[in-house]
Formats: sequence, structure tokens, C-alpha cells
Amino acid sequence: MTNHHATAEILSEPLSLQRRALSALMMGLTYLLFLVAIIPLGSLLYTIVSQGLPRFSWNVFFHIPAPIGEAGLIDGFGNAIQGSLMVLAVACIISIPVGLLAAIYMAEFGRNSKTAHVIRFVTQVLSAVPSVVVGVFAYGVIVFTPAIEIGGVLLKPKGFSAVAAGVALAVLMVPIIALTAEESLKLVANAQRLGSMALGGSRFQTTFKVVIPQSMAGITTGVLLALSRAAGETAPLLFTAFFTQNWPTGFDHPTPTLPVLIYNFSQSAYTSQNEMAWTAAMVLVALVLLASLVSRLAVRKSFR
Amino acid sequence: MAHSATHPEDHLLTVSENPRSNLLDRGFTVLVQGVALLVIAILLGITAVVLAYAQPAIAHFGLAFLWSTAWDVPSLQFGALPYIFGTLVTSSVGLILALPISMAVAILTSENFLPAFVREPLAFLVQLLAAIPSVVIGLWGIYVLIPFLLPIGTWLNNNFGWFPLFSTPPAGPGLLPAGVILAVMIIPTIASVSRDVLTVVPKELRSASMALGATQWETILAVMLPAAAPGVVGASMLGLGRALGETMAVSMVIGNSGQITASLLDLGNTIPSLLASQFAEAESPLHIGSLMYLALILFVLTLMVNVAAVLLVRVFGVKV
Repeated sequence: MTNHHATAEILSEPLSLQRRALSALMMGLTYLLFLVAIIPLGSLLYTIVSQGLPRFSWNVFFHIPAPIGEAGLIDGFGNAIQGSLMVLAVACIISIPVGLLAAIYMAEFGRNSKTAHVIRFVTQVLSAVPSVVVGVFAYGVIVFTPAIEIGGVLLKPKGFSAVAAGVALAVLMVPIIALTAEESLKLVANAQRLGSMALGGSRFQTTFKVVIPQSMAGITTGVLLALSRAAGETAPLLFTAFFTQNWPTGFDHPTPTLPVLIYNFSQSAYTSQNEMAWTAAMVLVALVLLASLVSRLAVRKSFR
Repeated sequence: MAHSATHPEDHLLTVSENPRSNLLDRGFTVLVQGVALLVIAILLGITAVVLAYAQPAIAHFGLAFLWSTAWDVPSLQFGALPYIFGTLVTSSVGLILALPISMAVAILTSENFLPAFVREPLAFLVQLLAAIPSVVIGLWGIYVLIPFLLPIGTWLNNNFGWFPLFSTPPAGPGLLPAGVILAVMIIPTIASVSRDVLTVVPKELRSASMALGATQWETILAVMLPAAAPGVVGASMLGLGRALGETMAVSMVIGNSGQITASLLDLGNTIPSLLASQFAEAESPLHIGSLMYLALILFVLTLMVNVAAVLLVRVFGVKV
């Protein structure tokens, strides 16, 4: 009887001080560390805006960097924005079809096959190859080798070019597009495919008329995600696109890009260029965040 | 998970009776398969190209390249050790700093300490950092992080100068700022994968622990984290893989001086950062070859880390 009584007393006691202290300590530590994780982002966004805004005007989109020491010229980095768009266009033309077709193979035509598993694994590995190594690869394949010309059409230029940079970025974009597109294709219910087949649709028709239209949001997300990742890439551009202070003169010539401009200006000895690096960073971050925000909202809408 | 299981109806999807569409189907199947195989070809292509260009250096220096410390462009003497050292040290510092912070983020965003409408935006905020281009983080590193770390480094050197890690006065840029910036950059990766792993730990484990009278924190520490450990290791290795290959942000804050030093406050250099600073100007085949040799070492290193990471995380059925 006394034994029973003692148990009841223990059960009605509050938790021991030690156990409560552990909870409180861990809770405090967790919030503190979380704060530490958030501080860099806050500091980063604050610095970008406070340092970038003073030099910002719409002129930066339409003018090239003013030569050092020449007063009265309007400063800008329109050439780098144009060059970035050119490089990204090349990257998209290559990576979107390749990434989508690879995804269609993994999710539809080669579904559950051994090859599809291997390709998925290789795609994951490819997505983790350092971008600087991809840049070195593009340098070796395109910048360093002789030009290829067939019937007067330049297929591959020699030397630094927007094409070489586009190929490097495409290699970085393909795995992102392929993996996200595959995920969204797989979300389409199998009954839909069977329904299409039952009505006499071929696999081709089923894929393009039934499956892809339903996963458009997911596919768009993947492309935007890849694009926002590629837009900020710098390392592979250093030795593929290189840089110029002037407007880009064609896809087969050295091309200025926004990230490389930020890098070059950050290393400059002139304060005016250092300040311009922040303005360029502000424009780049705004573009990249916009793309990733849109893609995230698209995900939320389609996947619920 | 359901969609990855084999569906019994799958074989029906291959039947197509109409001969015309059958031809289109076959053609398209070949095209799709070809493009999918292209992905494998790209990976092999990267290996082949880097290997081919590295050949002059491999032939000239052999494996001794790995432990030689010389890097003299005019006299064509090249060695990888200071750069391998710098890469490993900065990545380790980054990982050590990022791991506890990432675990805090993962726990706070997967447990119910905060209501879901607060948790979700917080998780999103941490992920936002992953979207910022590394060159911009590098810019922030030069103008904000280095000035912030300088007095801390001076204090460490003044008070703990006897300890090898803090044995030199801080130079501004160096291994420590590079490690800190890597931590900042890999926290989103480690946190989000760890969070996914924590959320797929079977509910029964948690219920059983709570039913035995454990508090929420005792459950997290004694049940959840051990159960998720392989996945957390995988997440850390994914972060490590990113840190090893990170180029611009590190290059901008490390001081670009290839040396081996015990002090974290001293200057250093990493493989990616050396590639970024020298590749565009390299001319002699031996110089290019040595840089390609370094790229090869980096490629193999990240490949091993990432393959291990993907396999570890896959145990949990979490998509990377």
C-alpha cells in the first residue's frame, strides 16, 4: 500500500529540474543558432540595397561602363546585361530540349527500366559537378579547339565566346531541368495515361497531349530554377565568355556578363567601380530572386 | 513513393496497334533514349576532356604532383598540395560551423515548437540564401564579413596565439573568412535535406518515446536524431561536396596565396579559386595541364563525396 502511494506521488511530481533544464537549454540554443543562420541573409540583403541603390538609375541598363577618369560620361552595365541574356539564351536553347527529353525518358518511355535508374543517378552526380570544372570542360571542348564551319555557317567558334559560355551553363542546367521535370511528369496519375491509350492514343500522343500539359507548372519551375542558378554562375564564364568593356559584338566573340562584371569590379582599385559592383549585384539578385520566387509559387500552386 | 513502385498496368503502356503512330512512337523512343544517354555522355565527356588536357602534367609530374608544394609559373614547377590543403581546410571549417546551425534550422522547421504559418516562411527564408549568386556572397564577404572577422581574429591571436590554429595575426582575407563564407553557403543545403530526413522518421518512434515519458527534447536527442543520422551524414556530405567545389566566394576572401599553414588566420588558396584566377591567362601546355590536373583531382574528390551522399540520403527515400 505504501509502495503504491509512493508511485502515485512520483507520477504527480513535476519533471525533475535537470530534465526541464535540458529542454530549456536546447530550446534556447536552437533559437540562437537559427538566428545565426538568418543574420547573414539579412546583412546581405541590407548591404546590397544600401550599397547598390545610390548608384542605381535606369541609365545603368543602357550604358556601358564609363572609362576611369573621364568625367561627365554616364556609367552603366547594359553591355553585361545584354551579354548575360545572350549566354543564357544559348544555354536555354541547348538545355531545355535535352533536359526535357531526358526527363520524358526517365518518367515515361524508360519508366522503371534499369537504364532510367542509371541515368537518374548519373544526372544527380552531374548536378553536383563543381561549376568551375564544367567551365574547364567547355574551355577544353570549345574555346581551345579549332572553329568548325560547314557551308559558310559557323557551327563552333574558336576562342572566348558567348557560345562557349552557353554550353558551360547548359551542362549545369540540364540536370536541374531533367530532375525537376521528371518529378512533375511522375505526378501525373497513371490512369490518365491508360485512358489516353484506351482511346487509341500512341505513346507519343499520350506524352505530348495528356502528360506534359498537366505537368507544365512543374516543368516551368524546373526551367526557372535552372535559369536562376545559371544566371548567377561566374566561375565557368571567366574562361569561356571572358569579358569586354564594350557592347557584345556577336555570339562568337568575348562577351561581357553581369556576374563577371561584378567580380572584376569588386577586384578593381577604383572606388567608383567597387560601388558599381554593388549596383550590378543588386540588379542580379533582384532578377535571380524574382525567378526563384515565381518558381516556388508555381510549385505551391501545382503540388498544393 | 507510390509513383516509383512498379505498376501492374505498366506493360499496357507499351502496346500500340496503329502502325503509323507506331513508327512515330519508335522514332521518338529512340530520340528520347538517345538524349537520355547524352547525359551519361556529358559526364564521361567531362572526365575525358579534363584527363586529356591534364596529360602533359600527368606525364611530367606523375603522382608526385599530389604532394609537391611548388607553384612557379615562369619556371614551370607545379604541385598541388597547398591547394588540396586549402580546399580541405576551408571545407572542413565550413562544415564544422554549418552543421550545428543547420541542425538547429532543421529541428526548428520540422518540430512543432512554432506554428506552421511561422515555420514555413522561416524555412523559406533560409532557402532564399541558396538562391543568391556566389559572386554576390563574395562581394559581401569582402566588404562586410572580412571587416567583421578582423577584430575577432586579432582577439583570438592575442589571447590564444599559443594555439597553432590562431598563431598568426589576421591578414584580413584568409582561411577563416573562406570557411565562414562556405558555412553560410552550405547551411541551406544541409538544413533542407536534414529537415526532409527528420520528417520521414516513422511516427511510431516518436510516439513510443513520448509514451515512455520522454520530453520532446529527449525524444529529439535520443530517438529522432539517431534514427535520422545516416541521412544527416548524407546531407552533410552534400554540403561538403558543394563547399569543395565553391569557387567565386572563396576566391574573393581567401587571399589567393598557395601556402600550407597551421593558422586559420593566415592566407590560403583552394583548387577552384586557383583555377578561376589562372586559367584564362595560362598559356604553356604544362601550366594548362597542371591546372587541368587540379581540376581532375577536384572532380574525383567531389564525385566520391557526392556519390556517397546520394546513396546515404536515398536510404530515406528523400529526393536530393
